[in-house]
Amino acid sequence: MTTYYTDEHEWISVEGGTATVGITDYAQAQLGDIVFVELPAPGSNVTKGGEAAVVESVKAASDVFAPISGTVSEVNGALEEDPALVNSAPETDGWFFKLSVADAAELEGLMNAAEYKTFCDGL
Amino acid sequence: MSDEPEEIIQTLPLDRWHRALGARMVPFAGYQMPIQYDGIIAEHLWTRESAGLFDVSHMGQLLVSGGDADRALEALLPGDIVNLGVDRMRYSLLLDEQGGILDDLMVTRLPGAGLFGAAAFYLVVNGATKADDIGHLHEYLPEELTLNHLDEQALLALQGPKAVDALARLCPGVAKLVFMTAGAFEIAGVPAWISRSGYTGEDGFEISIPAKSAERIATLITEQPEVRPIGLGARDSLRLEAGLPLYGHDLDTSTDPAMAGLGFAVPKRRRAEGGFPGAPGIIRHFSEGAPRKRIGMILAGRQPAREGAAILDGDIRVGTITSGGFSPSLQVPIAMGYVDAPSAELGRALEIEVRGKRLDATVAPMPFVPHRYVRQGS
Repeated sequence: MTTYYTDEHEWISVEGGTATVGITDYAQAQLGDIVFVELPAPGSNVTKGGEAAVVESVKAASDVFAPISGTVSEVNGALEEDPALVNSAPETDGWFFKLSVADAAELEGLMNAAEYKTFCDGL
Repeated sequence: MSDEPEEIIQTLPLDRWHRALGARMVPFAGYQMPIQYDGIIAEHLWTRESAGLFDVSHMGQLLVSGGDADRALEALLPGDIVNLGVDRMRYSLLLDEQGGILDDLMVTRLPGAGLFGAAAFYLVVNGATKADDIGHLHEYLPEELTLNHLDEQALLALQGPKAVDALARLCPGVAKLVFMTAGAFEIAGVPAWISRSGYTGEDGFEISIPAKSAERIATLITEQPEVRPIGLGARDSLRLEAGLPLYGHDLDTSTDPAMAGLGFAVPKRRRAEGGFPGAPGIIRHFSEGAPRKRIGMILAGRQPAREGAAILDGDIRVGTITSGGFSPSLQVPIAMGYVDAPSAELGRALEIEVRGKRLDATVAPMPFVPHRYVRQGS
């Protein structure tokens, strides 16, 4: 399993042809208390860089973008009851959705963990 | 080069103090302001159960003084200023010629020789509008009156059911104040103008102190075990639960006091006599009913609706959300907005459009969370 990061603060973990997507710890800290997550419909197609989910904090709604293109195979139902999982466990239990990878070449150009850390340190 | 001046973000007297406490600072109303310290929900709930200290030094503190200042203010505001007693305050509105709301404010009649030295009225106006308000007052108040901007004063709000315990320890005597009264006090030798008022629906105080003493006083207050510093984020969610409108969102020049449901700010005598800007239209809206009205809504589910979302009654768009968010106290999404009058009745089922989806909402009474002011005789 390899995890990549975007400059929009999403993470994507790839195992075989399936990828899991969520937002990073940095992102959840910036957003603050999360009260609702709008997830894509299972079976829908998302496009690299396109809006895939919306995360609502007490104050505002923020878009979550698809790190790569693919078809949504599963969404994290636990977020419906407990959206604060995104705050408490953003890179594990607070995952957003899984997708079947359309084109693995799209992963090239995303950051690895060390590169993402450097990126955040510079913000 | 652009003709537009770049917005200059200024710092407030407590800037360094907020940063030392780990606040996240954001630009708001032209100033760097603390949006949160620990998190909006924790800060919100702490204020509702104990006491929170808010820095509201961005707000404009003004002094209008001179003979007949009360009558002069009544020409600009729809409230009863002439009969306002010393040390008493009212919520009022600055109106344009059409009766549109230019700002909302608090006005207090100061004692003859009080803290600020002269028979006068102390006004607290919104930060984002204070420059325009000052311009408006300069233009429309008679020349013989004096208008001072008290820009060397900081303003703190201490809000919550335990605010009185914390403040009375530092400033014996404040417990005698009741809601919407004020007076001159001292905190640790620093002159403080303190009112029992606020913007959270809770009991509490607003404290005007010299900016140079702000750090010392804010530290003293937050050292009290009941008190934590609270950011702007929780200030917004608290005032929304309390059903209190926010200027620039729930009030603007397209709304008047009748549409906004602020009848208490236009008492009987003023409705009978008129004599304030836009009086004929406002009085008509009060007597015949306004064409659209500010309402509160509780949404089904957990998804909040935000400012700008369309409100539908059946298939017809009847209005727009002006403030919306998730209520930390009630654990449901709540919103405020304006709708055409027929859709404004309590209990009416409406829908709110959010990103192409329709959310069910019900017109609900405001405040969403009951006010807990300490009134006279209580």
